[in-house]
Amino acid sequence: MPTMSEKILARASGKNEVEAGDIVIANIDVAMTHDLTGPLSVESFEKIGAEKVWDASKIVIPFDHQVPADSIDSANNHMLMREFVKQQGIEHFYDVNAGVCHQILPELGHVVPGEVIVGADSHTCTHGALGAFATGIGSTDMAMVFAEGNLWFKVPETNRFEITGKLKENVYAKDVILHIIGQMSVDGSTYKACEFAGETIEDMSVSERMVICNMAIEMGGKTGLVEPDKKTIEYVENHSKKPYKVYKTDLDSPSLNIIDIDVSDLEPQVACPHNVDNVRPVSEVDQEIDQVFLGSCTNGRLSDLREAAKIIKGKKVANGTRMLVIPASKEVYSKALDEGLLKIFVDAGALVSAPCCGPCLGGHTGIIGPGEVSLSTSNRNFKGRQGSPDGKVFLASAAVAAASAIEGRIVAPE
Amino acid sequence: MKGTAWKFGDDIDTDIIVPGRYLIYTDEERLAEHCMEGLDADFDKKCKNGDFIVAGRNFGCGSSREHAPIALKGVGVAAVIAESFARIFYRNATNVGVPLLEAPGICELVENQEEIEVDMEKGLITNENGDSIEFKKLPPFMLEILEQGGLIEYLKNKR
Repeated sequence: MPTMSEKILARASGKNEVEAGDIVIANIDVAMTHDLTGPLSVESFEKIGAEKVWDASKIVIPFDHQVPADSIDSANNHMLMREFVKQQGIEHFYDVNAGVCHQILPELGHVVPGEVIVGADSHTCTHGALGAFATGIGSTDMAMVFAEGNLWFKVPETNRFEITGKLKENVYAKDVILHIIGQMSVDGSTYKACEFAGETIEDMSVSERMVICNMAIEMGGKTGLVEPDKKTIEYVENHSKKPYKVYKTDLDSPSLNIIDIDVSDLEPQVACPHNVDNVRPVSEVDQEIDQVFLGSCTNGRLSDLREAAKIIKGKKVANGTRMLVIPASKEVYSKALDEGLLKIFVDAGALVSAPCCGPCLGGHTGIIGPGEVSLSTSNRNFKGRQGSPDGKVFLASAAVAAASAIEGRIVAPE
Repeated sequence: MKGTAWKFGDDIDTDIIVPGRYLIYTDEERLAEHCMEGLDADFDKKCKNGDFIVAGRNFGCGSSREHAPIALKGVGVAAVIAESFARIFYRNATNVGVPLLEAPGICELVENQEEIEVDMEKGLITNENGDSIEFKKLPPFMLEILEQGGLIEYLKNKR
């Protein structure tokens, strides 16, 4: 009667069964670090005195946060990481032209069901959308993984969200997860695995499930998970050659807490500053905006660009508002080019940039100044997240972002 | 341990502890210059070696950046005492040698800039009036990691 998290962690730690609260040492299937957390991981790896990584084929290193390098310090970090990749023979290295780590890992076949995936990035929980146990860790822990190939975990209890109801028009996965976080609060799932199930999730594409799992950390979750189904398997077989194993949750598990959520009447949602649980329906928000950011590991996928382009086609970004569109990966960028989506954005007056994390973490591009307001499709609206601590960040879906860019204020799509 | 308590609210996230634009740095001194700057631009100058941070619920929520506990170590924070902590931050802080003490009721006991005393062995925090509360004592292996300045030093010394 274990949960899928318990089953995956039992498999990875070579045990028949584990239960919530147990401490296990699990073998790692994929370890990911990027250009921003990588340098600290490498420094720690060297400090331990380790010479060789445990398995150069299981480490994935994408550059996505400061790409292309925007300062000599960033360039130095990139050089340090490229040297590490060369020296260790890391097989899966993606330089500045590939895209955001949480988009390219599944897209390029590094994620399959049943694996244990760790990333030196808190949004690693995204990959649970494919039925893996995926969680964010720090750089010292990553150095330990690089050296030993395993890591200790406390087996988490599970909050399983049973989501029912057909979403209304213009309501998307982002609205569902913002609504859930608003209900649960920013620490409402601390140390818990967050499983997303029910007919609404079954109806969603793999991309939409990634949106949901991506934000599990915003309520404190250790990971987000969706049980693999036909759509998952189809996605995995189209993207990966790795073997996989499907695990599902036994509903009689004692470490399972089921939370029912009905989304049939849900309206488009927005998270207001400065916490992700400060969620309201768009209709209750009266706010002018200076910048719109469409992109990130939450909502920079092809489906997001399509939804936004449909709304913005033939219209113009409002005077006094700027819009940044950043496809999440090279593949998304290329397909958006083929479909004519990027032209729609450019013609509307938006700025289209190469795949990267963009303004999401306020370190690279599209930084906001004091008093400025950003409406963003990313996952965090903390004080100072996108630049000045006196700026404000609101979070919403790609559709709300597009409709709002046209109006220069936060509005729901019609 | 005795020191000044610098008090903050609930949900102090890692972007507050050290903003994203400084993650290109890895050294303690440079990260320390920007510690808590979104809430108090001069925090790095005010906080003395051996002082404490006192906070509400969910301290350290957000990113997995280890730069955050490194910045706290850099300004000399002897321990963070909070009502509760976020998960990744808890692990990272222990790994870099910053003790995190979970003490429900701490926000009522301590005022900003009050001198407090922390007894790690007894698991007690005492304010200027002599009132005290208990915190969850850390297990011996964790104390050992913290005493040696973090997981890497601990492992090196063990070898």
